[in-house]
Amino acid sequence: MKVLRDLFKDYRFALSFSVLVILLILALLSVFSPYDPTLWGVFPRDLKPSLKNLLGTDSNGQDIFWQATFAVRNSLIISLIAALVSRVIAILVGMVAGYKGGTIDRVLMFIGDSLLVIPLFLIMVMMAMLVREYMNLVVLGLLLSIFGWAWDARLIRSVILSLREREFTQTAVLSGTGTVRLVLNEYMPFAMPLIFSTLINNMSWAIGLEMTLAILGLVKMSIPTLGTMLYWAISYQAILLGRWWWVLTPVVLSVFLFVALYWLSVSISEYLDPRTRIQRVGAE
Amino acid sequence: MNNTILRTEKLKAFYVLDMAGTQKVAKAVNEVDLEIQENEVYGIAGESGCGKTTLLKALFGAIEPPLRLFGGKVYYRNSGDEIHVTSRNHASDEIEVTSLNSEEKRKLRLVYISYVPQGSMSVLNPVLKIKETYRDFIISHVRGKTREEAFELAKQHIAELGLPHNVLEAYPHQLSGGMRQRVTIALAALLKPRIIIADEPTTALDVVVQRGVVQLLMDIQQKQKNTIILVTHDMGVHANIADRIGIMYAGKIVEEATTEKIFGDPHHPYTQYLINSLPRFGDKTTRGSVPGSPPSLTNLPSGCPFHPRCPYVKEICTQEMPALINLNTDHKVACWLAGEGANGKAIRN
Amino acid sequence: MEKLLEIDHLTKVFSLGSVLSRVQITATDNVSFFIKPAEIFALAGESGCGKTTAARMILGFEEPTSGAIIHDGQKKAKNEKVWFTEGIQAIFQDPFGTFNPLRTVDRYFFETVHNYKLAKNKKEAVEYIDQKLKAVGLSYEEFAGKYPSEFSGGQLQRISIARALLTNPTLLIADEPVSMVDASLRMSIVNLFKKLKDELGVSVLYITHDLATAYYVSDRIAIMFRGNIVEMGSVEQVLMAPRHPYTKLLRESIPEADPTKRWKTTVNLTELEHEEYLRKGCKFAGRCPVVMDICKGVVPADLVIDDVLVKCHKYTGKEDT
Repeated sequence: MKVLRDLFKDYRFALSFSVLVILLILALLSVFSPYDPTLWGVFPRDLKPSLKNLLGTDSNGQDIFWQATFAVRNSLIISLIAALVSRVIAILVGMVAGYKGGTIDRVLMFIGDSLLVIPLFLIMVMMAMLVREYMNLVVLGLLLSIFGWAWDARLIRSVILSLREREFTQTAVLSGTGTVRLVLNEYMPFAMPLIFSTLINNMSWAIGLEMTLAILGLVKMSIPTLGTMLYWAISYQAILLGRWWWVLTPVVLSVFLFVALYWLSVSISEYLDPRTRIQRVGAE
Repeated sequence: MNNTILRTEKLKAFYVLDMAGTQKVAKAVNEVDLEIQENEVYGIAGESGCGKTTLLKALFGAIEPPLRLFGGKVYYRNSGDEIHVTSRNHASDEIEVTSLNSEEKRKLRLVYISYVPQGSMSVLNPVLKIKETYRDFIISHVRGKTREEAFELAKQHIAELGLPHNVLEAYPHQLSGGMRQRVTIALAALLKPRIIIADEPTTALDVVVQRGVVQLLMDIQQKQKNTIILVTHDMGVHANIADRIGIMYAGKIVEEATTEKIFGDPHHPYTQYLINSLPRFGDKTTRGSVPGSPPSLTNLPSGCPFHPRCPYVKEICTQEMPALINLNTDHKVACWLAGEGANGKAIRN
Repeated sequence: MEKLLEIDHLTKVFSLGSVLSRVQITATDNVSFFIKPAEIFALAGESGCGKTTAARMILGFEEPTSGAIIHDGQKKAKNEKVWFTEGIQAIFQDPFGTFNPLRTVDRYFFETVHNYKLAKNKKEAVEYIDQKLKAVGLSYEEFAGKYPSEFSGGQLQRISIARALLTNPTLLIADEPVSMVDASLRMSIVNLFKKLKDELGVSVLYITHDLATAYYVSDRIAIMFRGNIVEMGSVEQVLMAPRHPYTKLLRESIPEADPTKRWKTTVNLTELEHEEYLRKGCKFAGRCPVVMDICKGVVPADLVIDDVLVKCHKYTGKEDT
């Protein structure tokens, strides 16, 4: 597609795209894992990387390579759920608040601002402890999404506020377009770069937060994620004991993931920016 | 009549644009020859996109990427001692602007030649009071003036031009658009330059305010006896203030004459259209307008650029560009109809 | 006589300033006028005179503080945003702002056709749109699938008019339609208005500060100054024999495209805009060359002389009986 070709001209997109593809393949490999990640003692503990265990084994007796495939998969799933759900909420809230204004706007922004101001971490800790028994990937994702929409809702709202005053809004009204269609068709193209970049940023944020919660022991430890791998590694003093293969795996993977996501978001949002888009549109 | 103060010779300035991978060249100034006199108001008229602003930039010496000089020269002449540049040609008293470096060009600005861009807000610093902007300009262009002297100079100048004195104490946003425009023009005339270039100074202004701006320009010209080069698409403004007018189309000057002759005896079909398309009080009969649209400067038609819209087009018009020739004194036209000897009377309606 | 649109004592007051110092600016002050069917009515004045505010109120984008707007006998209710359905359409000043730069221009046409049920299927819609485009001198082929940036300002303005014609309106509100178009191209747009009036019987409310085109195209004209209508009547009378000092000033200040008719006197521009809004009495008293003492204290009444409405103390005693 022409769009992809244009995007690939940006080295940041090319590199990050490749890294993400590799990580996705890694995540998909988890389907073919010959070992159940929740079982312990499948292998002798703390083996260094070898041909049999590509990344060695951990103190629970699990193969680190196959653990990692599950970890990447689960972390991606959690962050995708968190980011997508919070996008939907942010778009709905931002658009309604921006276009309608008045009391609805004030109420919605009040709720959003409260979520921004309240010390997020304490609330998350409390809620995580409450739902610990029912914790699974989806629940964790939804929990993160509740706290991820407020900032972006405000950004989307300000885009809508400025577009509302433009003359083409009046043209659309005179064309008989109803409010919902107007906001979706006229304003969405302007909000798209914002939505995309915040989607990806939100994913990074979700992964980071999940890792933090996991290291503190607040999620279900039997589900392998990048965070829980780190938790176990720290609990078993892997750094002190020099078991670098165990600690480095989640760390390196998450660093790659963060950087790739960041570059992806930056390059896509530059591509989608209405100002550069208008120039491209005219040139074709 | 040789009091030429600014001269161009086959000036070519094009924009080189890089859009989505391909390179496009916009021929904004396409071989222009001008001889602008001292103590005159020279108007340049034409539609948007004909290259007027680019021509002004070239005359001012502000040719910067993506605008590039593709040929020709620009000369200034001074009769006094205002210019001190090393690359001066001592044989004549002309300076070739196109060969100066940026430091030398900077020395000429405000002292010898001033530029009033479209839209005053690009000149006035929004966070400084007007008097501070004036002081900055004075101090950076005239050596040996203290801040107090600079302020006095500004006050005097403003008073001379009939602007209210409290304008100096205001911030730009506190003034109306018309007042800002007049302040910017006054600034351009502050150091009594020999040439003032104004780009669409009256556009977007109300009619009474517009009159004030034009009057200010006339006032400055009469007091300082300098040259004003004025670009606008509003022929009414040209009729009121210009001594001579150059009609510009697709990067070329297609007709040049005194104001009376342009309005009374236009020869180029485009000039005729321009004049006939203006509404006149007392006359409600239907008037035509210029048909079609101006050509894209990146994709000019062959031969004469006006031929697709010209009602008198002939075969030669599609093949060769007519040169700007002297019809009689003070009247030049670039048109094959004139070149063939037709005196123009048969064409006019 | 039949009134297509009637504006009755329309007033809009804006409150500006901070919590500590609020200033009330009456943008539109008891404005009354009407437009007949198949007539071009010009609402003229400089920027800040209230004409755009009046247009926004008519279209429902702004709520009047008081007064009534009546279209075809129907009065506009309070807070009724879209009250005119297909009878009234509008075109705006900035042709490039009228359309969303990220969408193709034809989308608006198809949406209008769809929303107002003007065609049964896509093929009919294209034919219908083509018809309207031909009325403004364009064709469907050169217009389909293009973005606003691919057209010139003049073309876009004509496209804007074509879009407005889709619903077969009886009234077209044109808010400064030619001020962003080159002087030489204004005729093509303005001639279109004449054509629409003559051939389709459409009325146009032509809002402008360009008196030259207003004279050329309009039948009647109202001159506005700082929220008031100061003179109103047929365009021949008002512009060729102006009575109100402000109208005279405007008329004299127009640069005519004739070197023999240069300005003879100079104009004085020292008063600040917002001060004029707050004047008691006649708002023009600060700049009026024939100002009298009564002008500074008492608002002039609306006098009718020879079928022309003039709001000026100079003419007291000369009105039609």
